[in-house]
Amino acid sequence: MNEITCECGHVNPEGTVLCESCGKPVEDNQHLNGNENQTLLNMRYDGSARRSQTYNRTFIDKVWNFFSSVKVGVWLIVITLIASAIGTLLPQEMYIPPGSDASTHYRDQYGLIGQIYYQLGFHNLFSSWWYMLLLALIGISIIIASLDRFIPLYKTLKTQKPKRHDQFMKKQRIFGKTESDSIDMHLMKENLKKNRYKVTEEDGSLFAEKNRFSRWGPYVNHIGLIVFLLGTLLRFVPALYVDEFVWVREGETKMITGTEGQYYIKNEDFILENYDENDERFQEAIMRNGQPVPKTYQTNAVIYERTDDIVVGKDPELKEVKEAEARVNHPIKFENYTLYQASYQQNEFNEMTFKLHDMDDEDSSYGEFTIDLDDPETEYELDSGHVVVLGSYFPEYELDDGEPVSVSKYPRNPAFVFNVYPPGESDGEPEVSFAGIGANVDGSGENEFKVGLVDFDVRDVTGLTVRKDYTLPFIALGGAIFMIGVIQGMYWNHRRIWVKPKDNGVWIAGHTNKNWVALKREIEKSTKGTGIETPVDQQELKD
Amino acid sequence: MGDLSAISSNLLYAAFVIYLVATFFFAGAIRDKKTTSPDRVGKIGIILSIVGFLTQLGYFFTRWGAAGHAPVSNLFEFITFFGMMLVFAFIIMYFIYRINVLGVIALPVALLIIAFASMFPTEISPLVPSLQSHWLYIHVTTAALGQAILSISFVAGLIFLIRQVDQNKKTKQTFWLEFVIYMVATTLAFIIISSVFSAFNYEASFEAPVEGQPVEITYEMPAIAGPFEGELISDGAMSPLFQAPEWMRGVDAAIKFNTMIWSILGGLVLYWLVRLVLRKRIGSALQPLLRKANPEIVDEVGYRAVAIGFPIFTLGALIFAMIWAQQAWDRFWGWDPKEVWALITFFFYAAYLHLRLSRGWQGTKSAWLAVGGFAIIMFNLLAVNLIISGLHSYA
Repeated sequence: MNEITCECGHVNPEGTVLCESCGKPVEDNQHLNGNENQTLLNMRYDGSARRSQTYNRTFIDKVWNFFSSVKVGVWLIVITLIASAIGTLLPQEMYIPPGSDASTHYRDQYGLIGQIYYQLGFHNLFSSWWYMLLLALIGISIIIASLDRFIPLYKTLKTQKPKRHDQFMKKQRIFGKTESDSIDMHLMKENLKKNRYKVTEEDGSLFAEKNRFSRWGPYVNHIGLIVFLLGTLLRFVPALYVDEFVWVREGETKMITGTEGQYYIKNEDFILENYDENDERFQEAIMRNGQPVPKTYQTNAVIYERTDDIVVGKDPELKEVKEAEARVNHPIKFENYTLYQASYQQNEFNEMTFKLHDMDDEDSSYGEFTIDLDDPETEYELDSGHVVVLGSYFPEYELDDGEPVSVSKYPRNPAFVFNVYPPGESDGEPEVSFAGIGANVDGSGENEFKVGLVDFDVRDVTGLTVRKDYTLPFIALGGAIFMIGVIQGMYWNHRRIWVKPKDNGVWIAGHTNKNWVALKREIEKSTKGTGIETPVDQQELKD
Repeated sequence: MGDLSAISSNLLYAAFVIYLVATFFFAGAIRDKKTTSPDRVGKIGIILSIVGFLTQLGYFFTRWGAAGHAPVSNLFEFITFFGMMLVFAFIIMYFIYRINVLGVIALPVALLIIAFASMFPTEISPLVPSLQSHWLYIHVTTAALGQAILSISFVAGLIFLIRQVDQNKKTKQTFWLEFVIYMVATTLAFIIISSVFSAFNYEASFEAPVEGQPVEITYEMPAIAGPFEGELISDGAMSPLFQAPEWMRGVDAAIKFNTMIWSILGGLVLYWLVRLVLRKRIGSALQPLLRKANPEIVDEVGYRAVAIGFPIFTLGALIFAMIWAQQAWDRFWGWDPKEVWALITFFFYAAYLHLRLSRGWQGTKSAWLAVGGFAIIMFNLLAVNLIISGLHSYA
C-alpha cells in the first residue's frame, strides 16, 4: 500500500484524488478524475480512492474494473432495452394462439421476418438464456459498481474536516472571494443554521452540510434491485412457488392441483354477467363494441380440506374450509394458496340422451340411453334388447382432411361413432353410424336403424389458476427498498458550503450533487447581511 | 346522468380554451419588448394555467360522476388525463423555477395532446372485469403523473435545443430538430384532417376478406390505401389509390394505415407551408423567440424533471402495475408489450440518470436524450395500443 500523506497530516489510501480530510488535490492522481488542465475539480465521489481507479494489474482487477464502470452499466441497460423492444415487435410464444407450433407459426404469419425472429430466439426472448444473462450482468454490475463507490465515499464524507485547502476551494464550481474587514461570521453561521444546515467549525473555518443521507440513495436503491432480482430467482425453488391450473365444472368437486391432494374445490355456480345494453350511460360504447361487454366473471365455490390420509383410489373425507367467490380482481385465498378466476367455458355438454329408431320413422323407438360425457360407458343395452356400443368418442369434434378428430378432451362439441347390435346378434356385424350436434351420418348407407339426439344438458366450466407464492414478500421488499432509495437520492440533495477566513476577507465555496439553482439561492440567503459577497457559478454554459 | 356528462365535456372545452389563452400570455411574457412588465404577463399566464387545470379537474370529476368510475379507462380518457397531468407538472416546475418560457412549449404540447385525445371515441365505456379495481385509479393516475413530469424534461430539452442548436449551417442536429417539429406538424395534421372529415360525416365502406370471411370495413377518411383485396361498396366515395399490404391483417389495420398516410402527408404539407412562408428552418425561426431562456437553468429543469418524475413513474407504472397485475391476472409480470415498454421507459431514464453522472452529458446531449425519452413514452401510449396491442388494449 502506497499511502499518501497530505500536508494537512492526514494519511490517505492509495489512489486518493482529493485529500479525505482537507480536500487538497493529490498531485499525482489528478488524471484519475480528469482534473488536469481543468479550472474546476471533478467532485465525483469526492475524489475518494476507488479500487477500480487504483488497481489494474490482476485478472480480478480487470473484471472488477469492467463491472464497476458506469459506461459498461449503461451499455448493458441499453442492450437490454433494445432487445426488449425487439421482443415486443411480434407476439411472444406464450401469446400466440394455443396449439399452434411456434416453428411454423412465425414463418406462416410474418414471413421471412418471422422466421428470423424465431431462429434468433426472440419468440421466447424473456426466458432465453441470453436475456437472463443480460439481467445477471446488470445485477453484477450494480453490486460491484456500488461497492466500488460507496465504501470510499462513505469514508471520505466521514473524514472530511471543516477547514478546506485553498486549491480545493478555488476549484469548486461555486466560489467567491470577499475582501473586507467587516464580515460577520457569526451571522453567517446563524443564517446557515436557519437554512437547516449542520454547521461545524475549525480554526475559524465554517463548514455547513445538509442531507448527506441522500448520497446513499443510489446504493439503497441498488440493494432493492438486487433483492428484487434474487426474489425472482427464488421462483425456481419448487417448494416456494406453485403455479397450476384447474378446470371445475358446475356441480363438480375436484382436487385442487398443486396442493398435493390436500384441498378440494366444488364449483357451485359459474356466473357470467354482461352489461345491460339499455344502460343509458354505456349504450353508445356497447353499440360501438358490437357485442356484449362482460361485467362479471364469478365462481361461487366451496373449498374443502381432506381430513383422512391420502390413499390411492379411496374416496376422500372432506371438511369444508370456506365458502367463497372468485372474481377477477378478487381471488379466493385459503391457507397459503390463492385461486384466481382466469378462464371459463360456457355451455359445455354434460349429458346427452339418444334414441334408437327406424331409419325412416322418427316416431318409432327402441329405447333411449343417456351418455354422461365425463364418464361415458362402453355399451348401452336398451329396453328392446338392442345394444349400442360406443365405437369412438370425440369430445370436441372437428373434421380434419375428412377424418373426424377431437381437438381437445373437453366436451364442447361431442360426436360419437355408434355400433348398433340388434337383440341377440351381439356376435354379428353391427350397423355403424356417426352422430354429433347437427350431424348424423349413416356408415354404410344401408342402415336400418338410426341413433338420434333427443335431449342434452349443458353446464359452465370455470378455469382457476392455483398459486402459492412465498417469493412475493421478497419481491415486494425489493420493490420497497428500491423506492425508498430512489426517493432518498432524488428528492433530497447533498449540499455543502465552506467559508474560510483569509487575511483580508473570506473565501466561500459550495457544492451540491444536483440542483445547483437551489444551492445558489440558499447561499444568497445565508450571506445576506454578513458582508460576504455572493459567489459566482464558474461553470455557466457559455452562449 | 346525461346532464352531468354534458357539463363534463363543456368543462373540457373550456379548459382547452383557457390553456390556449394562457399560452399567448406566456408567449407575450418572453418577448423582448419593454412596454409591459414580462413578470406581470407571465403571472397572468400561470394564473390562467391554474384556472384551466381546475376547470379540467372539473371535467374529470363530473365525468367520474357520470360514469361511476374514474375516467381513465380508454384511450380518450387516458390521453386527456395525461394532458392534464402535463399541465399540472408544468405548474409545479413553474413554481420551482419561475420561468415563463416553459409555458410557451409545455402548454401547446398539452393542448396538442388533449386535442389528439378527442380524436378517439369519447363516449363513456363500461369497465370490463379486469379493470374493476381501485388499482385502476391508483396505478393509472400515478403512471400518468410520472410520465407527465418526465415529459417536462422533453419540453425543457426542446427549449434548450431550439435555443442552442447552431442554425448557421445544416447539421444532423438541425435536421433532427426539424424532424421533431415535423412530428408536431403531423399530429396537428391528424387532428385537423380527422376533425374535418368527421364534421362532414365522411364514410367509405369496403368489403374485404378478414381471416377468410368477407367483412365490411368503414373508413372515416377517403381511402388512399384501401383494405387488401377490398371492394368499395359506398357510392360517391373516392376509390383507393392502392391497397394496404397483405400482412396488415384485422379489420382496423388498413384503416390505421390509411390514417397514418393522411397524417404524414398532411404533416408534410403543413410543415413545408410554414417553412416556405418563413423561408428558413422552423427551428431557426423559433430561435430568436427563446433568446431570453437561460440554457443553464433550462438544462437543470430537464434534469430535475427526470429526478422528480422517475420515482413517480417507477411507482405508478411498474410497482403499482405489478401489484394490480398480481391481483387481476395472477402474475405481477407477464411480458405483455405494455409492461415491456414501461420497463423500457424505466431503463431509458435509468440510463439517462447514470449518464448525467459523467462529464459531457449535460446540455445538448441530455436534451436529445429527453426527446428520445418522450418518443418512448409516446410509443408506449400509442403504438403499443394501436399497433402492437396485447392484454392492455383499453389504454
